[in-house]
Formats: sequence, structure tokens, C-alpha cells
Amino acid sequence: MKKINIIVAAMAVSSGAFAASEDLNAAFQKMMDTSFKTTGIADKSRMKQTDFQRICSAEKEPSKKAMESIEATQLKTIRYPADGKYFGDWKTGEKIATSGKGLTWTDKTPFDNGGGCYNCHQLSHKEIAYGTIGPTLQDYGKTRGNADDVVKYTWGKIYNAKAFNACSNMPRNGDAEILTEEQMKHLMAFLFDPESPVNKK
Amino acid sequence: MRQKKLYVLLAALVAGVGGLSSTAALADESADAIARYREMIADGNPSELVAAQGEELWKTQRGPKNANLEKCDLGLGAGVVKGASAQMPRYFKDTGKVQDLETRLMTCMQTLQGIDPKEFVNGKWNKGEMEKMEALVAYIVTESNGQKINVDLSQPQMKKMYELGKKAFYYRSGPMDFACTTCHGEEGKRIRLQDLPDLRTQSGAAAGWGTWPAYRVSSGEFWTMQHRLNDCYRQQRTAEPIYGSDVTIALSVYLAATAKGGTVLTPGLKR
Repeated sequence: MKKINIIVAAMAVSSGAFAASEDLNAAFQKMMDTSFKTTGIADKSRMKQTDFQRICSAEKEPSKKAMESIEATQLKTIRYPADGKYFGDWKTGEKIATSGKGLTWTDKTPFDNGGGCYNCHQLSHKEIAYGTIGPTLQDYGKTRGNADDVVKYTWGKIYNAKAFNACSNMPRNGDAEILTEEQMKHLMAFLFDPESPVNKK
Repeated sequence: MRQKKLYVLLAALVAGVGGLSSTAALADESADAIARYREMIADGNPSELVAAQGEELWKTQRGPKNANLEKCDLGLGAGVVKGASAQMPRYFKDTGKVQDLETRLMTCMQTLQGIDPKEFVNGKWNKGEMEKMEALVAYIVTESNGQKINVDLSQPQMKKMYELGKKAFYYRSGPMDFACTTCHGEEGKRIRLQDLPDLRTQSGAAAGWGTWPAYRVSSGEFWTMQHRLNDCYRQQRTAEPIYGSDVTIALSVYLAATAKGGTVLTPGLKR
């Protein structure tokens, strides 16, 4: 009898905690819904999360199973170049890597964006103003070679980083239409071309 | 034999460090230049001019009700400015809301002076009434310089705002999938050459929260905390947060509470 009482009491406590977290979630949804407005190209709908954004918004990393499920879904979004050509011009690629502009509410159009690569990555031997949120990509082609699997993986990583690491900090440049296929080809050349300052001192 | 191996290893290490240090040295050099520049103008932070205008405004009778702000209660009693912003955001009984410095000033300007809050909510940075808000903020935060960050979470309303702010801090959305944590969720990171405080930690939050509002040298403008948060969201590529909206208050409570015990160094001086 005593045991039952304890169980009932424990249930009441846990359902109380559950109700509190439900309340908090409802309050949070309301707050996010009423705190933002559309300005320029930055529509209010941007505050709505996709499934993986929601799963990757916890303080703790999601379970391995949840991550694998996201990665499998995201992998399917990757479109490889229809003409089979992966490389553009590294000099144009360098400009795209350097520009961090695009997609803010002060930008006029959503179609003219930079890659913002230097915000987070070291690339060229000559550029010292690089961020450190992502790994260094210096000597990318030189150290990895240009075998088909490396080239294809790199394209995929630029196109949709979440296919390889569910909650990666890196944007989905291709999938979210931040960069065009042509721009990504230029970035590929910047990473792999032996003449590019990424690989040549 | 074992020693030889060790030598080879050491040599490789030295070579590796040498290679690194040349770029690192260059990066340090520009960070140093910024630090030197900061020192040079530290004696005369341009915020002082803005703060002086703010102090004047605090005492000036204006608005439809032709009143000054000397009856404005920032939490420590009517007219008390000294140390007030170090304890904000806080819960105010008269409005029934948790308010940061700017939303509290909006309340004071509305009730005492009759100035419409829309002037700010629909306003533009550094223009019109907003420019006056910025001056008032510069004045008030200068009066908390050197104090300890001390927000009170014992009120349930504050505790709730903290929890909401923490959720907002981790909330990923928009075309680039960013959240506050993308840039401020790891120690020792930077964007380009800009060091990023890890705002989840006490020292990181103190470095961030404790040095804003600030004068921004690059734009030659004084930025309030609302302006700072607004630009964080702009760079996150989300929709625009409404001036004084709950998400900005919640994030402020989260940051200030995390920073608790740190020193207020406002107004800061930024790149």
C-alpha cells in the first residue's frame, strides 16, 4: 500500500514536471512567433524550423541514431553536376570564398551570395584573416589528391554538409540555394587546383 | 634508439610549430594593432560624448507631456541611475513584465513624457527618437561601469525568461541553419580575426554582456544591446527581431544571468 502511494506520488511529480516543460515549449513557440517580422528578403517564415534544425537545437547533441537518420535524408538532397564537370576557375572561386555577403535582410536579392568560407576556414597560404570555427582547408587538394571519391565527397560536403554530420555548423550551400552549381564548381577549383593559393605557397 | 625516435619527433614538432607560427604571428600582429588602437582611444571613448547628450536628455522636459525622466524607475527607485543597468533586465511590478534597459526606458518615455513606443519599435537606428534612446542608454550604462553584473533570477518571471532565452540561444533556423551557438558555443573560436566569446560560460558571457552597449569604431556609431542582438540575428540570416520583443529580453536575461558576477565595462569600445 505504501509502495503504491509512493508510485502515485512519483507519477504526480513527474507529470507535473512534464506539464511545466509543455508550458515552456508553448510559451517558447508563442515568443518566437510574436518576436520576429519580415524585413526585405528575410521573410518571417525563416523562423520556422525544418525537422533537422529542430533536432539540432538541443543543448546536447542528438542520439547517434537520430543523427544517422538526418544524414541519410540529407544525403538524398545532393545533386552532382549533370555534365560531370566539377571544376571551374579557381580565381573566381577565391572571390566567392572571400565574400561573406548574402541572404541578410539588408541584401537586395537572395541570388547573389558569397560562400563566406573565410569566416570559418583557413584556405589560401596568403590570407591571414580566416576564422577557426571550421577545420583548416589549407593544402586541401595537395594533401588529399583528386581521386573521384575525394572530389565527389567534397562536392557533397559543400552542397549539403548535414549529409555527413547531421548538426554541422556549415550551411547547406547547394541544398539551401545559397550558391549556384557554377559557384560551387569555382570553389572546387579553388580547393583542388595545384595553382590555387590553397595548394601553392 | 628510443632517444633517436624522440629527437625525430621533437624536430617534426618544432618544424610544425614553426610553420604555424608564421601565420599565427601575422594574425596576432593585427589583433595587437586593434588592441593598441583600443588603448590609444581608451582615455577618450567616443561614447562619452553620447553619454553627455543622454544625461542632458534625462533632465530635459520634452514630449507631449513636457516632462523629464527624473521620475523614471529603473528598478532601484525613481530617478536612481547609478548601478541600475548592472541589475537589468529585471521584473517590474508596474508593467508586469521583465524589461531590459531599453524597454524600460520606452515605458518611462511613454508614461512620463507621452512618447509613443512605436517611435522605437518602427524606428531606425541612429535616427529620430531612437538616437535619443541611444544617448540615454549611453548615459545610464556609463553609470554602472565598474559594478558587478547582478541580475536576480529569484522572481519566477525572470526564471521563465531565462529558460526561454536559453532555448532561443540554441534555436537553429533560416537558410543557413545558424543559431547563437554556431558562433558562441565553443571556446577559443573566431570569425575571420574577430575573437568570439563562448556565451554559455560565465567568463564568455561576462566578456560579451559586460562590454555592450558599446561604441563601434568601424561604423562610428553607438550601439545599444538591442542593436547588438538585432545585428546578430541579421548575420544569422533569420527574420528581423522586433525592437524590444520578448526574444530579445529572454536572450538578455540568459546572457546577463550567465555573466553574473562579472564586471560591467560599459560602454565598451569595439572594432
